[in-house]
Amino acid sequence: MRPRLTGLAAWWVQRASAVCMLLFIIFALAAFALYPRHSYLEWRSWAGSPGVALAILAFFAALLLHMWVGLRDVLLDYAKPAGLRRLLLGGVAGALFGIAVWVVLILARLQT
Amino acid sequence: MRSTRPVFLNLTQIRMPVGALTSIGHRITGMLLAAGVPVGVFLLDRSLQDEQGFADVAVLLGHGAVKVAMVLVIWALAHHLLAGVRHLLSDFDVGSPLRLARRSAWFVNLGGALVATFAAGAML
Repeated sequence: MRPRLTGLAAWWVQRASAVCMLLFIIFALAAFALYPRHSYLEWRSWAGSPGVALAILAFFAALLLHMWVGLRDVLLDYAKPAGLRRLLLGGVAGALFGIAVWVVLILARLQT
Repeated sequence: MRSTRPVFLNLTQIRMPVGALTSIGHRITGMLLAAGVPVGVFLLDRSLQDEQGFADVAVLLGHGAVKVAMVLVIWALAHHLLAGVRHLLSDFDVGSPLRLARRSAWFVNLGGALVATFAAGAML
């Protein structure tokens, strides 16, 4: 069975992911306000430190789930022909999956 | 049987209450931000690649047109975030009476614009 993110589950995911992202945004803004990173080495060592890398990973997990629920809502509202809707939903799902892989690769590279 | 009641859905002529603008803005800014995500991930990737990549991103973010795009994204994020918090509050039944809902809708619309104005002042 394909996992489906619909109805109440989607509603919860949209809200829980929003709160996660809000916390990360506050954390990131505070981090940059208190300690601006002006050089590559400072930036890299900050983003690559285990805690921050994990926070970035969690942020993108929340972001991609949030994007899926939101973009799905938009497509369900406007893409009426079933075939077109399926095509666009598939395209969005593929793109989000690609972004997830991309982010994991970026963060993994920092750990080497 | 097909309904014959008059339907008038010309969005350019319907007078929208302030909450409708907040709501439509939430959707439009959401799509804008979604479009910006791949660009953001690309910049993250490049800036963390090596010294040269970091310098390239710094130069790119210094361009005038890119700064204008960044102000737009900051507006979108501010509006989307404020409208989202307004949604979360209404889930807890905070601010549902019409007068309060209209006031918070104004707060969201103007707050987003204000943040964008500050961002423009700081960057441009």
